[in-house]
Amino acid sequence: MDFRFLLDTLLMLLPGVPLTLQLALSSLALGGLFALPLALMRMSSIAPLNWVARSYVFAFRSTPLLVQIFLIYYGLGQFREVRASLLWPILREPYWCAVIALTLNTAAYSSEIIRGGILAVPFGQIEAARAVGMNRLMALRRIIVPQAYRQALPAYGNELILMIKATSLASIITIMEVTGIAAKLISETFRAVEVFIVAGAVYLVINFVVTRLVEFAEHRLTPHLRSAPISAALRERA
Amino acid sequence: MSAKGRPEREYRSAQREGAPVRSSADTSPPLAVKIEGLRKSFGTLEVLKGISLEAHEGDVISILGSSGSGKSTLLRCINMLETPSAGEVSIYGETIRLVPSRDGMRPVSMRQVDAVRSRIGMVFQSFNLWSHMTVLENVIEAPIHVQRRPRAECIAEGEALLEKVGIAEKRNHYPAHLSGGQQQRAAIARALAQRPRLMLFDEPTSALDPELVGEVLRVMRVLATEGRTMLVVTHEMGFAREVSNKVVFLHQGVIEEQGSPDQVFDQSRSERLKQFLSA
Repeated sequence: MDFRFLLDTLLMLLPGVPLTLQLALSSLALGGLFALPLALMRMSSIAPLNWVARSYVFAFRSTPLLVQIFLIYYGLGQFREVRASLLWPILREPYWCAVIALTLNTAAYSSEIIRGGILAVPFGQIEAARAVGMNRLMALRRIIVPQAYRQALPAYGNELILMIKATSLASIITIMEVTGIAAKLISETFRAVEVFIVAGAVYLVINFVVTRLVEFAEHRLTPHLRSAPISAALRERA
Repeated sequence: MSAKGRPEREYRSAQREGAPVRSSADTSPPLAVKIEGLRKSFGTLEVLKGISLEAHEGDVISILGSSGSGKSTLLRCINMLETPSAGEVSIYGETIRLVPSRDGMRPVSMRQVDAVRSRIGMVFQSFNLWSHMTVLENVIEAPIHVQRRPRAECIAEGEALLEKVGIAEKRNHYPAHLSGGQQQRAAIARALAQRPRLMLFDEPTSALDPELVGEVLRVMRVLATEGRTMLVVTHEMGFAREVSNKVVFLHQGVIEEQGSPDQVFDQSRSERLKQFLSA
């Protein structure tokens, strides 16, 4: 193994990390914003809302992210109306095309995760909320969503990791995040194995940190699912 | 308290702070609940077949009946957790406005229903404490967010209520860390924190281990002696006989018999009731 080369590669790849994180975080934040309304629409008894959400989720979960990125980056520019629109300065940029594709994609998956979390809230919890006089919105805000998020967290941790890895697809539309830089290095050095090993290691470290953060959040948010604190138990015995 | 409790309403009304003492036999306390011609169907199954019932302030009414007789449905129709298919429900003179809908009726105004519910305390068979909140957070939730009372006042009152039901030391615990009896007492404290004008108990001891039933019934007895208006669906015959001033026996969706505990338990006329009591 040429450790000198590996180290050089790492130093070349690290400047791509901020862009990787930026892509992941901005699309996760935007996607998360869309996910809750989407999940509520999907559970709505109002047929058009339900139908729109259902179709959206179906379309974005059932087509490859790579295809979606291509369609947004190459496809939209085909239309004169799009090129003439106010949004063109944004849609022209590969970065924003990637963010849009990733956002729309994660919104679809996250909405299903949230829907699962909401469905897992026991009916008695909601009934108790209604019985004390909470309206639908307050019951949603105070009881249903807090419990749904806690229940959805492990599945959402999965989504975070998937999204960080999915940012690598943005390299295909000229974005120089970690994988983009790696591809460029390979074309210059023809040492694909070494470069990709380093690139893989970079993702590994990022996701190690992410999984620990999710675990920490889970621990903080679910004291009610852990056994009673030992100190409290001892105090009662005394 | 004597084994017979206090069957007369006068006693409790007199105890109630600020409540007018009943002076003569024809001035009764205000009507807390009035149910008229209540029907409820689930699909083709008619569970309630025309029920009329009145509860005056200070009444403790036990609702008995075998499973499937409709007693829980009746209770849940009072705060509209179930919407009646026909009939009328009034709480302290306020009739809950219902209009015909696709499958029966629906409330005209959810705002009205929410307002009515905010002054009715409901205790469920399965406690239904909010699992992500501590006991104290459960108790202060509705006073702060629904009734919009000052937080400090709600906490002080909540702690006093937890003291009253005997679980003050558990206030920072989560429901999952409590026994069934403690959870149900916390749920009673949560209902009391609403400063309810009426309390509904839906088989409050049916999900409890036998040795935990007593602690919950003790709390309910205290509430009854305070003159609170309570409607209790129960299988606890002792409680019904000793604590309530009126007993209602439901059978197949109709009130088969009702009266004072003495009348219902000792001089029951209906064969169904005799069978039920001897079972």
